[in-house]
Amino acid sequence: MSGATAKAKTTVRKSGAGKSRHLDPQMIPTIAAVVIFILMLIMGQVLFGTYIRLGFISSLFIDHAYLIILAVAMTLPVLTGGIDLSVGAIVSITSVVGVKMTIAGTPSWIAMIAMIVIGMFFGLLAGTLIEEFNMQPFIATLSTMFLARGISSIISTDSLPLPQDNNFDWVADPIKIIDNPKIANDLTFNMGVVIAIVVVVFGYILLHKTRTGRTIYAIGGSRPSAELMGLPVKRTNYIIYLTSGTLAAIASIVYTANIGSAKNTTGVGWELDAVASVVIGGTIVTGGFGYVLGSVIGALVRSTIDPLTSDFGVPAEWTTIVVGLMILVFVVLQRAVTAFNKKE
Amino acid sequence: MTDKKPIVVMKGITIEFPGVKALDNVDLSLYPGEVHALMGENGAGKSTMIKALTGVYKINAGSITVEGKPQLFKGTLDAQNAGIATVYQEVNLCTNLSIGENVMLGHEVRDKIGMINWKKTHAKAAGFLAEMGLGSLDTHAPLSSISIAMQQLVAIARSMVIDAKVLILDEPTSSLDANEVEELFAIIRKVRDSGVAILFVSHFLDQVYQISDKMTVLRNGKFIKEVVTKDTPRDELIGMMIGKSAEELSQIGTKKTRREPEPGEKPIASVHDFGKKGSINPVDMDIYKGQIVGFAGLLGSGRTELARLFFGADKADSGSFTFNGHKLTVADPSTALRNKIAYSTENRRDEGIIGDLTVRENILIALQATRGMFRPIPKKEADEVVDKYIKELNVRPADPNRLIKNLSGGNQQKVLIARWLATNPELLILDEPTRGIDIGAKAEIQQVVIDLAGQGIGVIFISSELDEVVRLSDDIEVLKDRHKIKEIENDDTVSQETIVQTIANTNVNSGKEE
Repeated sequence: MSGATAKAKTTVRKSGAGKSRHLDPQMIPTIAAVVIFILMLIMGQVLFGTYIRLGFISSLFIDHAYLIILAVAMTLPVLTGGIDLSVGAIVSITSVVGVKMTIAGTPSWIAMIAMIVIGMFFGLLAGTLIEEFNMQPFIATLSTMFLARGISSIISTDSLPLPQDNNFDWVADPIKIIDNPKIANDLTFNMGVVIAIVVVVFGYILLHKTRTGRTIYAIGGSRPSAELMGLPVKRTNYIIYLTSGTLAAIASIVYTANIGSAKNTTGVGWELDAVASVVIGGTIVTGGFGYVLGSVIGALVRSTIDPLTSDFGVPAEWTTIVVGLMILVFVVLQRAVTAFNKKE
Repeated sequence: MTDKKPIVVMKGITIEFPGVKALDNVDLSLYPGEVHALMGENGAGKSTMIKALTGVYKINAGSITVEGKPQLFKGTLDAQNAGIATVYQEVNLCTNLSIGENVMLGHEVRDKIGMINWKKTHAKAAGFLAEMGLGSLDTHAPLSSISIAMQQLVAIARSMVIDAKVLILDEPTSSLDANEVEELFAIIRKVRDSGVAILFVSHFLDQVYQISDKMTVLRNGKFIKEVVTKDTPRDELIGMMIGKSAEELSQIGTKKTRREPEPGEKPIASVHDFGKKGSINPVDMDIYKGQIVGFAGLLGSGRTELARLFFGADKADSGSFTFNGHKLTVADPSTALRNKIAYSTENRRDEGIIGDLTVRENILIALQATRGMFRPIPKKEADEVVDKYIKELNVRPADPNRLIKNLSGGNQQKVLIARWLATNPELLILDEPTRGIDIGAKAEIQQVVIDLAGQGIGVIFISSELDEVVRLSDDIEVLKDRHKIKEIENDDTVSQETIVQTIANTNVNSGKEE
């Protein structure tokens, strides 16, 4: 009898499925993130009059291009139910090494390649620990995080300014599209923003247009199933952590060029900002559901919290509480959506 | 049939795990266009054999030849590439992805630069599904939106994508109802007729006889015989599977003689008006020493609910419970255990075994709990207890240091019974002890229940299989819709039919009965 009802259900679904395709309930948290982002901008605009302005939007992207890149980087492991805690520390070590090399007279492009290689190294190391030594991603990347941070501190604990006329400038130099001559409200971007956009497009294509991307979702759905289906689970996990490490190094290049200096304490807690962005963007921490574009929105929401809270006169120390609350709200929302789906 | 060449030849397959030979020199040949059943008890080595063929386990000795080519599988992908597809008992697909994606995962249609073309991918998936008569499924719908039976068919469609020459079906029917089984069989026949070799594993003898052409019988990791299904009577097959003759088997099948309580004998447990609101309506019943009381009733009749009240897993809110002449309030399981009442759950995997502990630890855990954490069981005593019950209940493999999750269902059940016996119970409640285990182990467990009663333990025996209840019980409490509707003295006049009639003809709302 239960079979008959199950069958009846499938037939109903069949006819209704065409509609449900347009709004996948799994997208609700992501859509909510978009709505909240827009509401935040409107609220800022209404109360303080500075949010829906070219200048604000420009600096939002320029100042937080690095976080967008990190959010994309973090999306991959989180989609499989993993995590990469080392991204902040990779930013730190690559930044310190890159600036040191530049100060020593190394051409900046070589320094940048070195930074990327270091990022790849830590990604591969994490992949090896996870796949060959059967470690939890949390533990594996926790250890590579401490390793990277430690080496970074050994190299230097000083603030290292980039020398004048270094070739990091092309990344950070502002490019004006709309130049408002009188007031400071120009539409500007820089190569850092372009790099971030390229990374986002790369992430989107990887996840939605390649077999590797589909394997990532499959692992998130059920790793044993993915293995039994003959999918290259091991290779894919290597690719995931290699990519997140590499993207962390790219984020480091963008950030270092913007700031013009490096310090071993740079990037403390950024891995958690990245996780926050991913979660706010609707990716489910247990894996299997989520979108790169959601993570981008998450990063923008996360970035808008800072100016918004400070304009409200909330002390900076309180910002983290707001972030915490937002994560809470989003996780509850996700749970509600999952529970609703199950009930169906 | 004779001039066909086999697709798969497995010869002399041996697989060893630390301390045990899971498979010992086993042969298996699969022919195109044939359904071949792999038969054996739990623990006979069926799953291991499948895992050898699908590349999950590496073989220690022997050879696997697929279409004449010797193969050494290093992983599931190797086996898949050789044309071997598997549909597992618990469907191994990804419920977070769409139906079409699941069919095509790893084989998506790509354009020249390696990007997935989703339109073509879904079209191709729909094509494969249509071939199986599932053309109306929307490939974009999430897999989680269709029934398990449908998911199983989707998994079979997946095997067509990789152009499988061999399709392994591991217990595909265990969660399907009769209609769904028919649907599945229709598709199996279709796939078979297209020249695929099918390896079918199932506990259900009727189904095996319905669908298979040949059978290979395994027992204790050894190859017993390959037979043609239609020439093999069932009792002969069962005999081969459990290593006993048909006559021996029929002895278990006969009804136990009823143990009448002596005149004036006091029951060990007696309840009056015993119930819990919303769970089970008040019940009166007695259990005597050495008596088996069966609870008969459908799922949801309140049989497990009543059992849980005896053990204090749930707390009764009405009535009285007299145990060995004393009034007893069983507020929680530890009170029950102290009073020598034990309950073996129907939910073996989640509430019963602790998978990552050894057989030994699983046996000792309840005994230790009754002693409290500061009085460890002396090693010698513990060894004796463990050895005794492993021997008495014939737990296989007889290795106390094996993780229990690596045992077959029937043997896990024996360990669970051992766990409660170790606490020396006077009242033992067994809830569905034979569920999901094969005939051989079932017969063994039934025998154990009879023996326990013989030793003077009062047993409450709960099973959805009425014939089992009728064969073993002295008294049968018939439950329906959370009421006890009748108590039947199980003498020679009582059969399954009696109980079915009782359940069918008693109206719960019109009062109890009589």
